[in-house]
Amino acid sequence: MEISTLTIEAARSAVATGKITATVLAESFYDKIQNEDSQIGAFLTLSKERAIDAASRIDKLAADGKPLPPLAGVPVAIKDVMVTRGVRTTAGSKMLENYIPPYDCTAVARLEQAGAVVLGKTNCDEFAMGSSNENSAFHPVHNPHDISRVPGGSSGGSAAAVAAGMAVVALGSDTGGSIRQPASFCGVVGLMPTYGRVSRYGLIAFASSLDHIGPLTRTVKDAAIVLTAIAGRDPMDSTSANVPVPDYVGELEKPVRGLKIGVAEEYLGEGLDRAVRKAVEAALQKLASLGCEVVPVSLPHTAYAIPAYYIVATAEASSNLARFDGVRYGYRARDASTLSDMYRRTRDEGFGAEVKRRIMLGTYALSAGYYDAYYLKAQKVRTLLTRDFEEAFRKVDVIVTPTSPTPAFKLGEKANDPLAMYLADIYTVTADLAGIPGISIPCGETREKLPIGLQILGRHFDEATILRLAHAYERAVAA
Amino acid sequence: MKVTEKDVSYVADLANLELAAEERGRMVRDLNSILDYIDRLNELDTSNIAPMAQVADCYAMDNAKNGSDRFAYASRDDVLEGLRKSLPHEDALANAPQADGTFFTVPKVIER
Repeated sequence: MEISTLTIEAARSAVATGKITATVLAESFYDKIQNEDSQIGAFLTLSKERAIDAASRIDKLAADGKPLPPLAGVPVAIKDVMVTRGVRTTAGSKMLENYIPPYDCTAVARLEQAGAVVLGKTNCDEFAMGSSNENSAFHPVHNPHDISRVPGGSSGGSAAAVAAGMAVVALGSDTGGSIRQPASFCGVVGLMPTYGRVSRYGLIAFASSLDHIGPLTRTVKDAAIVLTAIAGRDPMDSTSANVPVPDYVGELEKPVRGLKIGVAEEYLGEGLDRAVRKAVEAALQKLASLGCEVVPVSLPHTAYAIPAYYIVATAEASSNLARFDGVRYGYRARDASTLSDMYRRTRDEGFGAEVKRRIMLGTYALSAGYYDAYYLKAQKVRTLLTRDFEEAFRKVDVIVTPTSPTPAFKLGEKANDPLAMYLADIYTVTADLAGIPGISIPCGETREKLPIGLQILGRHFDEATILRLAHAYERAVAA
Repeated sequence: MKVTEKDVSYVADLANLELAAEERGRMVRDLNSILDYIDRLNELDTSNIAPMAQVADCYAMDNAKNGSDRFAYASRDDVLEGLRKSLPHEDALANAPQADGTFFTVPKVIER
């Protein structure tokens, strides 16, 4: 059986009809990882024992003729910022190189309850801070479409694993674009749900007012299936919203005719690669041909999103990462003579350059004398950015933009210029700041055969509409 | 230049980071370049704009209620073993770099 193009439904039905057992399916994915991941570097840890346990449970259900759950036997990969009981979880950092969590992240537990088989943990930028996956403390990830290029970040391992066929679906996290941008670079689907839609219990915190968990998949339908499995209120995360979860899969087939699509010139300006612009324009024409109405909208504060984001995100990170002090878990510097010396050297030796840069920037922005000028200012600009979207969504149902201004860049190309790297997220950070959902779907490729991503943004808790439009586009392009 | 080497030392102290000498020079350069870019926020007049601390401030709440009651769904009873059992002692200590079986152990605490 060809496993590299399997969807959730195909994998589940192969298991349900006895074409293959979940155990053999998992083993074939491990064979593929064994043979091919040395080129890509998508995985940091394999959880074979746990996977075979889960697969055997599914096989037993199938053998007994019992009903199978929606992701029965589906091999999945988990970004290594989500804790997994008994399976090493590093956050891509030397700080947690040997950390074995005593509990499970809710999103992972829910996927497993829905029948998924967790193959292992995927590589990422350290503490999810980066846009190229080059900030992993262990090794970089190579883009399966061109191994001299980055897969994007920070969920680069998850995107590459799905693109290379080493998992059917993966979970990622998105704080400034970390699901959508790597999805775009690797030619897969990446969904960031509304803030609060999916519990973050067990997600190693980067910036708590911006962190989201969501799926990376090969089809829009698969993203809808995974979202249905992981969404909904979790008493363990007080920020998870008390909002009912619709049947995202059932909603996919509703018509898209008459939907109003906003296009903002602020997302099509300077710095946008010509091939990306062409692909996005063609996609808009395709959507118009499906009966959607394309309407110009204005999001006038877009140019201020990156500066506001890098204050808010780093300020929150400086606070969240204070817990890594070498006392309760994680790395500890050797032979420190005092407690204070131990803290300082542990954090200096345990964190990589980008993490330290962000802790420093965030601490500076929160320090006495600078709080009003930076942190408070950025929070006010965040209000303006959110109002931009509220205004626009009075006129339109969704907003369509490029996911990233460029296709995947070369490894090393931006590694020494933090600001240039930050600008790779220029079209994605706005949705994180406003808390609205966004999806990236493939919309063609460059002359060098590099994937291009189309971003669809929606209203708070209206994942159903962006999934429906993405599904209609995907089907129209395939036809 | 906004950020000087002295500022970097002060902030590194606040953040409990040691930072080697060569890291400090690079940090001065990087922070200045990023803060120069961030300064464009000052082009916006925000004197009458309320700060946004949380997305949840603006959605998904019971607007019929006031103040923190709007988040009542997020609260729970303050009981010892509520949503889940506490971690067994040995599990809680299992990842500690150093522990004596009962407590985490650390180097001597001396005033800096």
